Amino acid sequence: MRGIISATGYLPHWRLDRAEIAAVLGSGSGSGARTVASYDEDPVTLGVAAARSALNGIPGTDRVDSLSFATTAPVYAEKSASPLLHAALRLPGSAATVDAGPGLRGAAGALRAALRSTDDLVVVIAGDVRTGLAGSGDESGGGDAGSAVVVGDDTVAPLVAEYVGGASATREFLDRWRAPGELRMHAWEDRFGQQRYDALAADAWDRALASCGLTDGDLTRVAVSAPNPRSGATLAKRLGSAGVELTDRLDRSVGFTGAAHPGLLLADLLERSGPGDLVAVISLADGADVTILRRTDVAVDGPTVAEQVASGAALPYARYLAWRGVLPVQPPNRPEPARMSASAADRRAEWKYGFVGSRDRSSGAVHLPPARVSYRGGTADDMEVLPMADRRATVATFTVDSLAYSPSPPVVFAVCDFEGGGRLPLELTDVSATDVRIGMQVEMTFRRIGTADGIANYFWKARPLPGPGVAGEAN
Amino acid sequence: MGSHGIADRVAIVSMGCTAFREHWDRGVDDLAIDATLEALGPIGLQPGDVDAWWLGTAQSGMSGITLAAPLKLEGVPVTRVENYCATGSEALRQACYAVASGAYDVAAAVGVEKVKDSGYQGLNAFPIPTDGTQRTLTAAAMFSLVAPAYAAKYGVDPAELRRTLARIASKNHANGARNPRAQFRREMDVDAICAMPEVAGMLSVFDCAGVADGAAAVVVVRAEDAHRYTDSPLYVKALSFVAGNGSGLLDPDYDYTHFPECELAARDAYAQAGITDPRRELAMAEVHDCFTPTELVLMEDLGFSERGTAWQDCEAGVFDLHGDLPVNTDGGLKSFGHPVGASGLRMLFECWLQLRGAAPEDRRIDTADRGLALTHNLGGYPGEMVSFVGIWGSERG
Repeated sequence: MRGIISATGYLPHWRLDRAEIAAVLGSGSGSGARTVASYDEDPVTLGVAAARSALNGIPGTDRVDSLSFATTAPVYAEKSASPLLHAALRLPGSAATVDAGPGLRGAAGALRAALRSTDDLVVVIAGDVRTGLAGSGDESGGGDAGSAVVVGDDTVAPLVAEYVGGASATREFLDRWRAPGELRMHAWEDRFGQQRYDALAADAWDRALASCGLTDGDLTRVAVSAPNPRSGATLAKRLGSAGVELTDRLDRSVGFTGAAHPGLLLADLLERSGPGDLVAVISLADGADVTILRRTDVAVDGPTVAEQVASGAALPYARYLAWRGVLPVQPPNRPEPARMSASAADRRAEWKYGFVGSRDRSSGAVHLPPARVSYRGGTADDMEVLPMADRRATVATFTVDSLAYSPSPPVVFAVCDFEGGGRLPLELTDVSATDVRIGMQVEMTFRRIGTADGIANYFWKARPLPGPGVAGEAN
Repeated sequence: MGSHGIADRVAIVSMGCTAFREHWDRGVDDLAIDATLEALGPIGLQPGDVDAWWLGTAQSGMSGITLAAPLKLEGVPVTRVENYCATGSEALRQACYAVASGAYDVAAAVGVEKVKDSGYQGLNAFPIPTDGTQRTLTAAAMFSLVAPAYAAKYGVDPAELRRTLARIASKNHANGARNPRAQFRREMDVDAICAMPEVAGMLSVFDCAGVADGAAAVVVVRAEDAHRYTDSPLYVKALSFVAGNGSGLLDPDYDYTHFPECELAARDAYAQAGITDPRRELAMAEVHDCFTPTELVLMEDLGFSERGTAWQDCEAGVFDLHGDLPVNTDGGLKSFGHPVGASGLRMLFECWLQLRGAAPEDRRIDTADRGLALTHNLGGYPGEMVSFVGIWGSERG
């Protein structure tokens, strides 16, 4: 039986209260909050965060055959981003990776392909940072998120949802467009796109039901992902009259998260559903893609999308504008970091991307980064590989550096001691300088350290363990 | 341990030291020439009379040609050395060993750094290609980690420690105010320093060494030849150096309240010089006060104070200009700034003046009963540093 082994959403820590936008610009409206990727997050890191969670606890990740990655905000035009995710997730070298984009529809298309493929395990990842000009509908209505869906056979791992069937509908029409690298989103009159989407949604939906021998009323719960809150409303209304529950599109609490949205809503849908529920995701993105699933009795792990929606911390609008480069701010008068060396990064790929250290077999001393000679006892070349990304650490001491170069000063820096041994001085993120304490528990997170010569440089930082109610200023 | 030292086999017979400044009008060449000629002049030597040279510069030039070209040296070896912030001291260490070995009769070490041509504030390291995983913290922030760790370990109220650190800065500024070669010559009181905004941990800019250009030079000969050049040479009593292996960054047992590299370098130096009670045998010490917590911890690492008590000794004035053991009588890095290649030799220059009674009266210390002085450098960060300790004496043992 083919189906979904896990599906997770990742919401970044920061929230922008939409009322703040109107307060600053003197125009616009909107209520609720949108999620905001930190200055050191991008579609790749958002995708990695979601996929780490999705792959957590799945036996046999060495059987991952392929990985796809979708975003509307690609890090590179020429270079593929998917191998970066592959490296951070420490997937086998035999896996194929592909960038399913750019463009909104890549994520839904990749999920469709995964459900119909014969690969043992497929990881479908999306990450998006939705920006737009100050005051635009995309700024207030967008959100940043990552999502990941692990697809496979129940012979590999237990399924949280069985694939029942699906259908797609395609027709070219111009609704929204943006040139590569352009900040501003352009859109045709909303009503035109809505009507086109309504027609495509109905077409795909009816054929999906027909292929499975189902009717509207058989469905328990349906999620509709669309770039515009009113697109798909006609079908939603029809399903509502048939007694089908429509899940929250997360417009008010998260925003439309672009390529990440179908996966995010799928994760939320499965988290809300119980054994036997028949559920569906309808993704409207330059076409329509319907996926019908049956929830099994396999439990899903948290943190759920709903739990993440309820956490997070407020970010001032000015800081948001600076982080996204919408409002350029004066950088510190320090030399910018040099670009990384491709060959040095290649030699240390397991460390840089996978956060893998080493442990001296004779003394047990942990080395971060991995070393050949032990600091304790001096034994040479007798180290074992030690993955550290999933280990928690405790802040031994810390400092706040207002002078160091950073895209968002000050730098909060802590000496972190890991569970089971090992120490590394690390930059903290998703934290306010005043909230750091000695003894604070932190977890590792894959982040974009900076960009030099067009090269996005990634490494790991530490962040406070998230929990419900942590600095819950948002919403 | 196989460290034997070369006590009393090499003598310092002359020194030169430029003012440490923002020398907008002087380049590396000018600074090196000025310090070298100032050192050679009083003993009647020309550059061509020196048999071998060591040039200490961290990143103002590469190879011995950086010194040979401006001085137009002909047919002699010039070795450029770099060892982080101990670069200047390292140049001298190598020159001393060359003379002690008998390879050369007259050797010179020149330390120079032209920092202020970068266009940026602070010291900025030469970028070496890396995998992009290295931290980008400032040195101030790395050393700021010491203060809270020290306060917690020894039960010192952080507010009280704040004042102790300010007192260290204030003392060094008071000394520097009496030194025409110093960059900053204004006295700063403790309250004014405590009122400054924090820039890294609890440190303000007044807890940090300044940034300046400068150069210093020293001429060394075999001890038995010293009196051919001067009636008042200094003798090399100890030279020690430890390059840390970075284990402090890896080892959860390291607690940021001490610098093992400095403790080990001091222990070796005292053994070489036959010193058993440095607090009472040394007339003075010039230590690497890159940041105020550094000087605090060094008082313990160098054996001047018992563990956990340096803050009290600082408060009691033990290390003041006329205290029990004056430290940084010339004003230290705090007043001079830190042209990396020159700083170690600038420290020795102060010992050269003080031990020979040649320091200006307003900062002259009493050396009647004590004829030994110590210089100390460190480079790197807590957990991963190099350390130099040198001991110098006015009497040949």
